[in-house]
Amino acid sequence: MSNVPVNNGRRRFLTAATAVVGGAGVVGVAVPFIGSWNPSARAKAAGAPVEINVGKIQPGQLIRAEWRGKPVYVVRRTEKTVNDLAKVDDQLRDPNSEEAQQPEYAKNAYRSIKPEFMVALGVCTHLGCAPTHHNGDFDQFVEGVSEGFFCPCHGSKFDMAGRVFQGVPAPLNLMVPEHSFTSEDTLLIGVGQGEA
Amino acid sequence: MFANFMAWIDKRLPVTDCWNKHLAQYPAPKNFNFWYFFGSLAMLVLVNQILTGVWLTMSYEPSGDGAFASIEYIMRDVDYGWLLRYMHSTGASFFFIVVYLHMFRGMMYGSYQKPRELLWIFGMLIFLVLMAEAFMGYLLPWGNMSYWGAQVIISLFGAIPVIGDDLTQWIRGDYVISGATLNRFFALHVIAMPLVLVILVFLHILALHEVGSNNPDGTEIKKKKGSVKPEELSKFKFHKHYTDKYDIVDAIPFHPYYSVKDIMGVAFFLFIFCWVMFFAPEGGGFFIEAPNFEPANGLKTPEHIVPVWYFGPFYTILRVVPDKLLGAVAMFGAIIMLFALPWFDRGTVKSMKFRCTWHKVNLFQFTISFIVLAILGTKAATPLNNLIGTIASFGYFGFFIALWFYSKNENTKPVPERVSK
Repeated sequence: MSNVPVNNGRRRFLTAATAVVGGAGVVGVAVPFIGSWNPSARAKAAGAPVEINVGKIQPGQLIRAEWRGKPVYVVRRTEKTVNDLAKVDDQLRDPNSEEAQQPEYAKNAYRSIKPEFMVALGVCTHLGCAPTHHNGDFDQFVEGVSEGFFCPCHGSKFDMAGRVFQGVPAPLNLMVPEHSFTSEDTLLIGVGQGEA
Repeated sequence: MFANFMAWIDKRLPVTDCWNKHLAQYPAPKNFNFWYFFGSLAMLVLVNQILTGVWLTMSYEPSGDGAFASIEYIMRDVDYGWLLRYMHSTGASFFFIVVYLHMFRGMMYGSYQKPRELLWIFGMLIFLVLMAEAFMGYLLPWGNMSYWGAQVIISLFGAIPVIGDDLTQWIRGDYVISGATLNRFFALHVIAMPLVLVILVFLHILALHEVGSNNPDGTEIKKKKGSVKPEELSKFKFHKHYTDKYDIVDAIPFHPYYSVKDIMGVAFFLFIFCWVMFFAPEGGGFFIEAPNFEPANGLKTPEHIVPVWYFGPFYTILRVVPDKLLGAVAMFGAIIMLFALPWFDRGTVKSMKFRCTWHKVNLFQFTISFIVLAILGTKAATPLNNLIGTIASFGYFGFFIALWFYSKNENTKPVPERVSK
């Protein structure tokens, strides 16, 4: 051991510098550990957005697509259907879509981007059954309404904007997934308007 | 021969000294009652969980496709598989029964008060990790209630502003709860959490032995050195770690006196435990819920999503708050209140025996509130249940608030110098 006097200032500096570098190392090594919890490439691929050509859908027709394991209903509503939506407002639980069952851009009278196209998850908000589309014979469930959705499991009823009727087990309107139009006829499920 | 062997060891590792310091010459108050069984019982259940857990992993398959079937395989085809699984599932519920009673003991006798705050904090950390451990374990059978219970609890994190949605996705590792979620929960359940749990239990005991056990009278058995007449001192030999600093009164060595007494407790406990395990392993639908007998199905929600009973109190608090974020805050707040209990209580008298009537009333209403919350947590959220739950939630939080007020200048009875006969 030499008898050189201790330079406390230098010691403190070196101690602090070592601690900071060590701390940076800890932060760096945390990156892969935290990052590995993100959805894997396989999960991302399985949950990728789904593209639908809506140009071929006939007025009044419903088509089903699968997105992230859930059925998505897309309906081309006729002008009459769109105009009739407001008529049932007083029979609905949540006519103005106050509950957050749709993205902000679909919080309107049609619960969609274009009034012509209804987009909703075909999953009943009661127990997750698939409601069926009744076009023309819906008045057996709701008097005076010709078109709507009826859930065969427990009798929940929804209108042509996926809004739930009063007096049924389902508490909420059908979920509207994030969606957007990439062209006039191309609907993209899973990416919200203005996100891509 | 053996003495030589021990001498050889002791020169290299203080085994005999450690045995004496923590067991054979550890001074424990001589007036422990029924409520003091639950610490050692919790240890017993922990060992049961680790042992049966290790054996279950030998036949369990942690994957979305295989998990549910592998549980059926364990139950039907593996020799004694049913027994090991029921030991584990019954053990989970009994762990919470034992821990809740252990905590209640601490509240009755003021075992969280100075100088045992850190001991209490370690205990609360154990409770917190235990809840995480139980929650993740409940997903592993991949039954439908496993799935939807996890769905509800993970979506709680979605209530956090801004980062909520990304955070829930990060926890799940997918857009929905999937095999990826199951696999990481499995890893945490069998490796990470048990490791943390064992370390915390070790620290809990170490902290306990530093400050010493409280007792039903809340009196101090370690007196100032030289303040006690020699004939008043405890007749037993205690480790010099304790006698060098204090005069010890009213104490007996933990081993053999309490080790043997605890075996009595274990025997009694096992009667109840085995009865449930053999005759009612589903615990009337409270230990293993009915929807969990069908596999996880993301398209089919069980009629009522209710947590396992031991989460009931906190789940009810979550549910009675109409706002999602505030509900989550209230739920976590309920646990934080327990953490902060040593500072809510500004009194100096420990045992409820010598505290004011208000305290006894307050503790009683807290107990009732807690039980009511637990029961409601397993029931559907009807308007009436929500009303009762709201009242019970006020009772729960009110306990701490009221305690803070009256404990400052509390009208207490005189605490005896020595434990009562």
